[in-house]
Amino acid sequence: MTERAEAIAVRDLHKRFGPLEVLKGVSLTAHEGDVIAIIGGSGSGKSTFLRCINMLELPSAGSVTIHGETIAMKKDGHGGMTPSDRKQVQRLRSRLGMVFQSFNLWQHMTILENVIEAPVHVLGVKKDEAISRAEALLRRVGLYEKRDAYPAFLSGGQQQRAAIARALAIQPHVMLFDEPTSALDPELVGEVLSVIGDLAKEKRTMILVTHEMKFARNVASHVVFLANGVIEEQGPPDELFGSPKSERLKKFISSIH
Amino acid sequence: MSDPTITALALTDLPTKKSIFKPHRIVLMAIAAAVVFCIVWFMRWDWVPEYSDRLADGVGMTLIMLASTSILGFLLAVPIGLVQVTGPWPLKMLAQVFCTVIRGTPLLLQLWLLYYGLGSLFPQFPEIRNSFLWPYLRESWPYGVVALTLSFAAYEGEVMRGAFAGVPSGELEAARAYGMSPFTVFRRIWLPRAVHRALPTLTGETVLQLKATPLVATITVIDVYAIISQVRQKTYLTYEPLLLLALIYLCLTAILVVGFRYFESKIPTRGA
Repeated sequence: MTERAEAIAVRDLHKRFGPLEVLKGVSLTAHEGDVIAIIGGSGSGKSTFLRCINMLELPSAGSVTIHGETIAMKKDGHGGMTPSDRKQVQRLRSRLGMVFQSFNLWQHMTILENVIEAPVHVLGVKKDEAISRAEALLRRVGLYEKRDAYPAFLSGGQQQRAAIARALAIQPHVMLFDEPTSALDPELVGEVLSVIGDLAKEKRTMILVTHEMKFARNVASHVVFLANGVIEEQGPPDELFGSPKSERLKKFISSIH
Repeated sequence: MSDPTITALALTDLPTKKSIFKPHRIVLMAIAAAVVFCIVWFMRWDWVPEYSDRLADGVGMTLIMLASTSILGFLLAVPIGLVQVTGPWPLKMLAQVFCTVIRGTPLLLQLWLLYYGLGSLFPQFPEIRNSFLWPYLRESWPYGVVALTLSFAAYEGEVMRGAFAGVPSGELEAARAYGMSPFTVFRRIWLPRAVHRALPTLTGETVLQLKATPLVATITVIDVYAIISQVRQKTYLTYEPLLLLALIYLCLTAILVVGFRYFESKIPTRGA
């Protein structure tokens, strides 16, 4: 564990929405090759935590370090924080592959255009190079035939696989999954999970917020149980699911099954 | 494919080969042919060759007015729509006041206020008379362009406000999450997405703009309507020139609608 470099280190993260404190000091370190699954009930702050990593949600206190580079923050005068260097945030974001619950593909672009958009217009990759890489990725997620289709004409599962290809196209240091299967019909969940499972096998660093407990147990190297804005329990999946220590986790696991 | 309402409204939907020879269609076509025949045969059209050159010039002027004011108006409409969604409150207020005033008063009034009001004020200032702008300010068309541009900007600005606000926030969030700068988000995602959403409405606004252009004839710009007025004064004919004018506007509208539908069909949408 220790010889691998830190991909993401979050220290003592707090997030308040007005009077409501959603995250009450969460620290988490992901090393290269870790697959971290974050589980927890709704309202436990797990999505908020993930979105704080790439500053889509601004944390109220704490620090986020990506590949050894800490995001510089300053006080915003309302008791919160805001990044002091927008360029730094943009640069760090450009190597974090985010996959959203509701896909968020750009509807006015074809699938292929969606996949090459960030490489070409953020990372400055040449267009033909981006296209050949994108086509390889689309083959991989089984959507090569759909490359010229618009997102609205794809099923939810296909859209999410396209969104995963879009995230892979930026050659991310870390993949962030925000409940990638929650918006899908049950019969479409499998195809998306199998793509994510393949990524886990090749030791890609991933942080995954999910409701799929069985999947978390199978693919994660480390599981974090978030409850009421703090990490209630964490550890290897077999330990966490096999012999949960805290009452909340026991209750949570039994409520799922 | 596109919005069913728009599809239903369009004048250009041709019937399929199968349905074209249904009995009711044949009757309707016969009536139409008879009407056209009567118009051509019993009415006076001998003046047309004499005026054809001037009519062509007039159509050209109408199209120049339409194109220049639609394009300029749209370029103004983008910031007007945008500041109403994201802008700081002074700009937001300014845009709202502008839209309310322009949309709340007749275009003819705005045109006359500019031309007879400002236009007669300008010559009183020697600075203006000596400036390089004077050759233009002496003409009438700049006032027409300004009035029509402002009008289009106000109506389209309101449309763009809705279009910008209607782009799903998740798509903008995804753009930010991939490291796009605010300007890149706007240029690559927000604006094209909003324009695409606004396109069906933009078609209608542009057609309305076409039919607002004859107002410039009241400030001595010689568009196709002005030419037809000349024809009426010189030939003492009433219906023939007006019928021809109607036909011309109808054809221009059809061309506009077909053109816009081509752009709409470039990006097929489903549902939304």
